[in-house]
Amino acid sequence: MDTHNTSKGQLRIVIVGHVDHGKSTLIGRLLHDTGSLPDGKVAQVHEMSRKRGMPFEWSFVMDALQAERDQGITIDTTQIHFKTAQRPYVIIDAPGHAEFLRNMVTGAAGADAALLVIDVREGALEQSRRHAYLLHLLGVRQVAVVVNKMDQVGFNAFRFDGVAGQITRYLEELGIRPTAVIPVSARHGDFIVSRTEEVDWYKGPTVVEAVDAFEPARAPVDQPLRFPVQDVYKPDDRRIIAGRIESGRLRVGDTLRFAPDNTTARVVSIEGWSAAPAIAAAAGQSIGITLDKRVFVERGHVAVLDGTPVGTAYRLTVRLFWLAPGTLAVGRTLTLKLATAEHRVTVEAIESVVDIEDLSTAPAKAVRRNEVAEVVLRSRSPVVLDRADVLPRTGRGVLVDGHDVVGGCIVLDYEDTGANLHAVGHAVAPAERAAVNGHAGGILWLTGLSGSGKSTLALGLERTLFKRGWQVFVLDGDGIRKGLGAGLGFSPDDRAENIRRVAETAKLFADAGMVVIASLVSPARTDRERARIIGGAAFHEVHVAADLAICEARDPKGLYSKARAGEIPAFTGVSAPYEEPEAPELSVDTGTLSQVEALDRLLAYAVGAFGNGAVSREDFAI
Amino acid sequence: MTDLDQLESQSVYILREAYNRIDKLALLWSIGKDSNVLLWLCRKAFFGRVPFPVVQLDTAMELPEVYAFRDRIAREWELDLKVEQCPPEEAMDPTLPPLTRAAARKTEGLRNLLRDGGYQGVFVGIRRDEQATRAKERIFSPRTLDGAWDVKDQPAEFWDHYKTRFAEGTHVRIHPLLHWTEIDIWRYSKREEIPIVPLYFARDGQRYRSLGEKNITFPVASHAATIDDIIAELAVTRVPERAGRAMDNESEDSFERLRSAGYM
Ligand SMILES: Nc1nc2c(ncn2[C@@H]2O[C@H](COP(=O)(O)OP(=O)(O)O)[C@@H](O)[C@H]2O)c(=O)[nH]1
Ligand SMILES: [Mg+2]
Repeated sequence: MDTHNTSKGQLRIVIVGHVDHGKSTLIGRLLHDTGSLPDGKVAQVHEMSRKRGMPFEWSFVMDALQAERDQGITIDTTQIHFKTAQRPYVIIDAPGHAEFLRNMVTGAAGADAALLVIDVREGALEQSRRHAYLLHLLGVRQVAVVVNKMDQVGFNAFRFDGVAGQITRYLEELGIRPTAVIPVSARHGDFIVSRTEEVDWYKGPTVVEAVDAFEPARAPVDQPLRFPVQDVYKPDDRRIIAGRIESGRLRVGDTLRFAPDNTTARVVSIEGWSAAPAIAAAAGQSIGITLDKRVFVERGHVAVLDGTPVGTAYRLTVRLFWLAPGTLAVGRTLTLKLATAEHRVTVEAIESVVDIEDLSTAPAKAVRRNEVAEVVLRSRSPVVLDRADVLPRTGRGVLVDGHDVVGGCIVLDYEDTGANLHAVGHAVAPAERAAVNGHAGGILWLTGLSGSGKSTLALGLERTLFKRGWQVFVLDGDGIRKGLGAGLGFSPDDRAENIRRVAETAKLFADAGMVVIASLVSPARTDRERARIIGGAAFHEVHVAADLAICEARDPKGLYSKARAGEIPAFTGVSAPYEEPEAPELSVDTGTLSQVEALDRLLAYAVGAFGNGAVSREDFAI
Repeated sequence: MTDLDQLESQSVYILREAYNRIDKLALLWSIGKDSNVLLWLCRKAFFGRVPFPVVQLDTAMELPEVYAFRDRIAREWELDLKVEQCPPEEAMDPTLPPLTRAAARKTEGLRNLLRDGGYQGVFVGIRRDEQATRAKERIFSPRTLDGAWDVKDQPAEFWDHYKTRFAEGTHVRIHPLLHWTEIDIWRYSKREEIPIVPLYFARDGQRYRSLGEKNITFPVASHAATIDDIIAELAVTRVPERAGRAMDNESEDSFERLRSAGYM
């Protein structure tokens, strides 16, 4: 029974071209001549046309909005299903007006193939070229050209050849070879579904034959695995990493590496609900997996097969299209959404802007609305990415400003930091440093509310250990903010980035053999978990615990009263949450212990954790 | 992957994006075939549970079979069901044509729900192939402060990146089934054995093809008594799906006006 849509998958075709060249008319005609219009639709269109004093207007089949019919233009993209004897289709109508380019992009980006409609009397005008260029950027590579309104030139072969030659040369410069160039009259139905016998000079396919000849897109199952993490669920005692495989395959038993943190874990199961358990999954599937280890994984991470490369970069060159009113200039900061990750990026340079007319490039200071440009972006966080020509789905992203998508971009090139940063070897081993210093390097990460006593404890411990001859140094949240954390505020994103920087710095100190006491409120559990990953085994979390009421009563810097008065936004404990550590290595409650007692506990812990109890100098020949 | 697997995978992706990016969500359950599929897909996406409230906008005008089905499924699937009573017809915009006015009650019910519940996102099981203005929809479709749909100024939406940031006080409609067709819904319901209100199956030469309130929805002539019959019928029919929905065709733009004002 189940015979529909299955023998051949559906194909998505976008209809593009300059305004008024006949896109909506072509679709109306195509639907009608293939018998795809529901009963009553033709009568409805008759009535709509009559009311406006027009002859039968095919474009009203598609232009569903009152405003579209009244103004005779397509404002927004629309989609409609139809079938030929070959297979089912989704037809996407895209507006041709420059003002609605973002709607054209919305419609075209999901298409497998395109029909470019050109009015024979006008040739390839600005939007015809812009659409062709964007098709290429959006990754739509199969294009057939429809030269329309041939009835207006008496199906003159010479006029057709002129337009066909012009657009074919243009497309070929973009690397697109049109699969067909077809002379039609959309209004009268010539060469849409059937041939017009009187026109004997055209031997090529009709529009329907041309769309039936398009190849359906294939999921990139044979490419390297890219599994961007969408979310992590804990429906019961399982911890399920959810996402969609963008390319490649994944099997139970595979070892995955989660970039950019590069933690690894093995796939234990592919979870499902109301479905047989799977042992493998491939590109296009939305799945959930469980791992053999409780590694830190979050949305935005990208899993690859361990031992295979993926790019990690802070600096990338992209080709972007800018859809927002106003210009894009150097120094502008935006959000880049790539796969499931979000990054704050700043425009570092505008290399060139593309001239749509002749495809030449020229240097420019700014990118204007609807222009295409090559731009260098610098990200604050590591971007996991591919080059778009290698793996398109993880090589492209959208740009967001405030609440809105303002453009899109594909990755042309990037400076890979991940690949080159194999830890540089040292001539001195960690154990040798420990032997000389009398203690190992490490990080004591003091987290707690403002006023809980972190700084007092940190400075007390620094002094005490120093007197014992230790290499010790305090990184205090307040001090750090001016230099290392310059430019960062107190939004969750900025706090996360501040903590990442401090953690990386602390790790360097620890590697250099020192004991680092990092003293930061660090209210978010995920941020501290990331710091733990950066610090590795050297990381020790200390919760400086004191009730909010106690901290607020102390209020050494008067911050709580200011926060209560609404003068400090997002103040931890008052107007922003503090997430207590679940399993810190040590917890010191300064609300119940005296200052001396609290310092004693911390000192004992530090000596136990880093002191040379087990390692003695004599074991090493220096 | 079959075509149904692809449809399912895309919807699951959308559901998970919304669940991750938007704080307070609800799902509108009309108890019809489409929103049943939507609920089923939620259970797939979130491994058996539906992690947000499921709301029925009730006009007290549904057929009795619909209420019975609602209560059974809500119990069996352990749904967090909320029934929102819609305001009476007298309270609607008097310039709307009469049947459209009846339908507008749901718009008002939804407005109340959003205001009282503070929801930032609502899932709605509409499809592009149902109706020409729905074909213009985005998957993540932002609404203005007063809940209206500004169809002439919709956001860019491409490469599976959706609009997930909004001005304070506005909300977003999320349409995970936008890319499905009527026949897809039936083929998937069959494959997954999703329960369905029996009114969709023909009795005495008539069946409901689209289920709505009893005062503004009518059965169509049909002998399709099983899902297989329905699939076979749809493969050849040229009667539009919403032919039995009186308000759609009351005037040229009645449905567009309804939707711009916030109807589903
Ligand atoms: N003579 C003639 N007119 C056409 C043809 N195709 C479209 N038109 C007219 O060109 C105008 C613009 O068509 P429309 O489909 O709205 O163009 P779009 O902006 O590309 O969608 C309408 O008035 C159509 O009737 C054609 O093949 N021959
Ligand atoms: Mg048009």
